[in-house]
Formats: sequence, C-alpha cells, structure tokens
Amino acid sequence: MKSQDPKLILEISDLHASVDDQPILQGVNLKIYAGEIHAIMGRNGSGKSTLSKVIAGHPAYTVNSGSIQFEGQDLLALEAEERARLGVFLGFQYPIEIPGVSNLEFLRVATNTRRKKCGTEELDTFEFEDFVKERLKIVQMDPAFLERSVNEGFSGGEKKRNEILQMALLEPTIAILDETDSGLDIDALRIVASGVSQLTKPNTATLLITHYQRLLNEITPDFVHVMAAGKIKRSGGKELAIELEQSGYDWLDNDEVNLGEGN
Amino acid sequence: MASYGQWINALPSPKGMLKDIQKSGRESLLKNGLPTRKMEAWRLTNLKRLEKFLTLQPSVEGEKEANLRSQVWAKAPENAFRLVLKPNEILQNLIDLPSGLRPLTNKEIKACLDDSFKYIPHEEQWPLSVNCAANNEVFGLHVSGNTCPQLELIIPAEENVLIPSRVIIKIEEDAQLDLLQVVLGATHSAHSHILEIYMAKNSTLNHGFVAIGGGKASCLAQVSVVQESFSSYSLNSVQHGWSISRFEPKIIQKNGHSKTTLNGLQIAKGDEQLATHSSVRFEGPEGSLNQLQKATANGESHSIFNGIIEVPQIAQKTNASQLSRNLLLSSKARVDTKPELKIIADDVKCAHGATISQPQEEELFYLRSRGINAKQASKLLLKGYCQEIIDNLPVQANRWKILNTLLGNIS
Repeated sequence: MKSQDPKLILEISDLHASVDDQPILQGVNLKIYAGEIHAIMGRNGSGKSTLSKVIAGHPAYTVNSGSIQFEGQDLLALEAEERARLGVFLGFQYPIEIPGVSNLEFLRVATNTRRKKCGTEELDTFEFEDFVKERLKIVQMDPAFLERSVNEGFSGGEKKRNEILQMALLEPTIAILDETDSGLDIDALRIVASGVSQLTKPNTATLLITHYQRLLNEITPDFVHVMAAGKIKRSGGKELAIELEQSGYDWLDNDEVNLGEGN
Repeated sequence: MASYGQWINALPSPKGMLKDIQKSGRESLLKNGLPTRKMEAWRLTNLKRLEKFLTLQPSVEGEKEANLRSQVWAKAPENAFRLVLKPNEILQNLIDLPSGLRPLTNKEIKACLDDSFKYIPHEEQWPLSVNCAANNEVFGLHVSGNTCPQLELIIPAEENVLIPSRVIIKIEEDAQLDLLQVVLGATHSAHSHILEIYMAKNSTLNHGFVAIGGGKASCLAQVSVVQESFSSYSLNSVQHGWSISRFEPKIIQKNGHSKTTLNGLQIAKGDEQLATHSSVRFEGPEGSLNQLQKATANGESHSIFNGIIEVPQIAQKTNASQLSRNLLLSSKARVDTKPELKIIADDVKCAHGATISQPQEEELFYLRSRGINAKQASKLLLKGYCQEIIDNLPVQANRWKILNTLLGNIS
C-alpha cells in the first residue's frame, strides 16, 4: 500500500554503534518511505535488535558515527521519550514486566503524551477507557489485562498483543517490531499480524525484524533486507525471504558481494 | 547510664491493673540496661537516637481529642469501626462495638499478659520492657462469629511525649478480622507500641500496619502473633518518616498447618533509620510463609531488615519463602538486609533471596520508549514498586491521604 507521493520517513546513513565498547553496527544504510513495509532478517547476533534499539534511543548503545533522520529531523539528537512522542514506536522482543504499575494507567499516560505532541486532545480517564476498549478489538485482547500490572504474569502471546495494543493507541509514524513473532503460536501470530496490517496506513511505515519467514506469510513486506556482522548485506523483495527460508543464512559466510543499502 | 536510670525513676508512679507489670518492667530495664551494639539484634541500631527516645516521658493528663486530631486523618471508614487509642483513656467500657467484637475482660487480659514474655527471646525483650515500664493502659478486644468486622485502630501523634500503647486481640475459632493500624508521629514524639494477637484454629486476620512519622519522631513497635493450626495471618506494613523506627513482627505457628504472609515496605528518606526485624517460628508441621520485604532508601537514610525463620525438627513439610528487595536511590543511603534461616527439619522447602539494586535501566527505557520522560518514568516505577504492598492494605487504606501523598512525592 504505497502512497502516491511517497514521503521519506526514516533515513539511516552509515550507522556505526556499539555497546560496552563492543562494535555491533558497522555501517547500516536504509531508507524507508511512507506506506512501505520493510523486513530485516538475519541470524542471532547480526545486529537486528541493536538497530531497533538504536533507532528508539536505548541509552546503553553508543552511536559512533553515521546519522538517523526521521521526517527530516536528527533523531540521534533526541532522547528516547522525544523520539516516541514524534511517532517512533518500538515493539519489544521481550516486553518488560513492571509490577505495581497499572497497565491501564501506563497506557493512558503514554497515549496522552503522544496526543499532546500531536496537538490532539488529551483523554480523561473515562474517555480513555472507551478509546482503549475500541482498540482492544484490533488485537482481540481481554479487557481484564488492563487492570493488571504492565505485562506482569502475561503469557508470551499476551505480552505481544499488549505491544500491538500500544501501537494501536500511540498511532506511530513508524513502527519497528522486534521479533514480534517469537514465542507465538500460529493463532496468536495471525491475530498480531492482522493487528499490524489494520494499523498500517498510507502515511505510516513498518519495519519488521524477524528470524523467520512465517511472519512474512501474514504481513507481506515490500522490501526484505538481510543483516550480517552489523551491516545490511543484501536487499530485495518478498521473494528474498522465501529464498532465505529455503537456503538459510550460510551463503552469507562466503558471499562478499552484496548490496549495502536497502531501497 | 545515669540518664537512663533517671528516666526510669521519673516515670509516673505505678498504678491501675498494670501496676505490677510496670514495676517488673522498670526492674528489668534497670537490670539489663540499654541494648548495645554487641547484641546481634541491635548491631545496626543508631543507639544515640534510641537514647533520645528515653528523654521523653508519658503524658500524665489525657489529651483532648481536638489536640490529637490532625489534618492528616482520613474520614472514618465506611462499613468499618474506628478506634482511637488516646493516652490515659480507658477503652474497656466501649459499648458501641460492631457485631463480632467485644472488649476483653480484665481476667482475659491478665491471662494474656502473663504469657507475653515467654514468646520473645531475651535479647529482643527490651521494647516490651519499655512498654511495660511506661504504660498504664492496655486495651483488649475479642473477635468471634463469621461477620469479619473491619476495624481501624489509630494511635495518634502527640508532641514532646512518649506515647505507650498496648493492645491485645483474641480471635476465636473460625472468626475473621480486617484490621488497619495507623501509627502517627509528631515532632519529638516517641511511640512504644505492643500488639499481641492470639489466633484460634481456622481464624483469619488481614492486618495492615501503617506507621508514618514526622520531624524527629521515633517508634518502637512490636506485633506478636500466635497462630493456632489452620489459621491464616496476613500482614502488610508501611514505615516512613521516623528519625528511628523499629518494627518487629514476631509470628509463632504453634501447631503448624497455618499460613502466614508478611509484606513490608520501608520508604526511607533524609537521615531516617527504618528497621524491620521479623521472626517466624514454625512449631508444627505443614506451615507456610510467604514474605516479601521491600525498601527504598534515599538521601542519607538507612534501611535495615533482619528476617529470622525458624524451622525446628517438628516442623516437617514447612514451605517458606522470603524475599528482600531493596532500591538504593542515593550514593549516601545504606541498606542492610539479612535473611536468617535456622532450619533443623529435613523435609522442608525454604527459599530466600535478597537484592539491593538501582531502578532498572530496561524498565526505565520501556517507559521512555512510550513517550514518558525519565523523571516521570522513575516516579512511576517507584510508585509501582511501593504500590505492590500498599494495594494490599485492608480497610480502604487508600482513604488516608498521607499514603497517596507519600506515593505522589516519592523520588
């Protein structure tokens, strides 16, 4: 679903980043336009999750060089919360459990922070309850989960639904979904994938990070990129995912000639 | 030690039904002296502050309620009965207690008082001795039937005096009680509080203990509970705002087969020293304990937790778990936490753990990645950390604005 006049949402240029002095990203280039769905695949340790955290502004990661532009703004100059308010959303691979913090209260505070930035009216407790109940349908989530502490005691599938619910409430410009399919059975995967598809709009973009092709059976990407050793080694269309499923990642070990830039 | 002796000698003359107990309490204090750092149970206590505690005397006259009642008091709870322990006021004549509650007779009280010391090890008897020496009142309550009355017990603040209070609660077989205790401190006030609870077979007590001080207030509070088999005792406690506070829940499961839940929270700021010394002794088989002790230590405060669990040979198939989780919020604050498991029985499950950490970076990042700024995120996390205990307090404890203010101001 590409818009007529695609707008550049995210532009990553020659990004190098490290954690605890260990270099992880070693020159990532990627452009994502409005309406596009991109998928990044690769082995464990290839740098996929690091890339998602660096985009979202995790303080443990140091950007050594390169840039990330988000709708023309220098994303790296902003704190994690400022990026989120602008419309960058990270769906966590392992959503964090926060005992004692009510899920409903957390969702309301987060939603209002984003709405305030967008200039839309903030919602009071009652208005928010109506809003969240409507959005729950997208992920077919039991309202009882709103009354519990954030992710506490949720199953793997429930945690992922809670992530997509947050995406539905925050209405981000770009959603980066880190291994959203991991730990899900096929029914839960379909619900989550259907949620993501419903939330994809012509003026937004999605970056899926995944090991396996099965998520891409449910959400068809426009572009697939393969990461290895902190770089995008190859980019292509959805057929690349099918090829990877059949041939695995071994070819990366001896394939020197690759595209360094997505899109 | 002259001042200690002077303090004892200056106490009001023994009188009333506690006359003999006052005399023996004073003798015991004189004989044993002040606790010292050589005593394991007092090793970490700020003894200078404990000595200050002993510069205050009990008030001789009863205070007018208007003087005691402060703005911090919550409205009386709905569907619950409020009792205020005022100095020098005899509550035994209460006639408007709700169904299921009646005052204990003097004979019943006496029988309980005779047993008090036998449940407490010698080294830990000092707070009880202080109370015995200074206190001329005891209030006893009997709980029966299946109505599960809700009771709120307030021990108010009064400036520049020592406030001794002692309450005995007997819960009959199959009876239930919800009890919220609120102990309030004021500048240079000191509380010496003893609560003794006797739980008959199959009885249930849901107990909340909220002790919030102010200024240079100090508080010594001991809750001793004797549980008969198949009883269930649950305690959620909150301590905050004392120059020195020492809270001692002491539980004995007499014949096993009982359930004990102990959840505690200390919110230490400034130069407060807040201590919890708990002990649970299983004197029969198949008892259980679930204990979670939390603390946040900010400023130059000091948080202390010592948790004894005793499982003698007779207490086979005991299932106990104790977890102490502490958040150190400042480089000058201090947390001392010590699980102390004394296990003789061989067929038992006893788990314990203690952590002292700073707010988790991953939790903070999760909230920040949703647009919540770092300051608000840490406040939310701290509030959530404390809420886990506060939410379990009984008798609509959230009516007490001080609790909400405490959570609102947490940092």
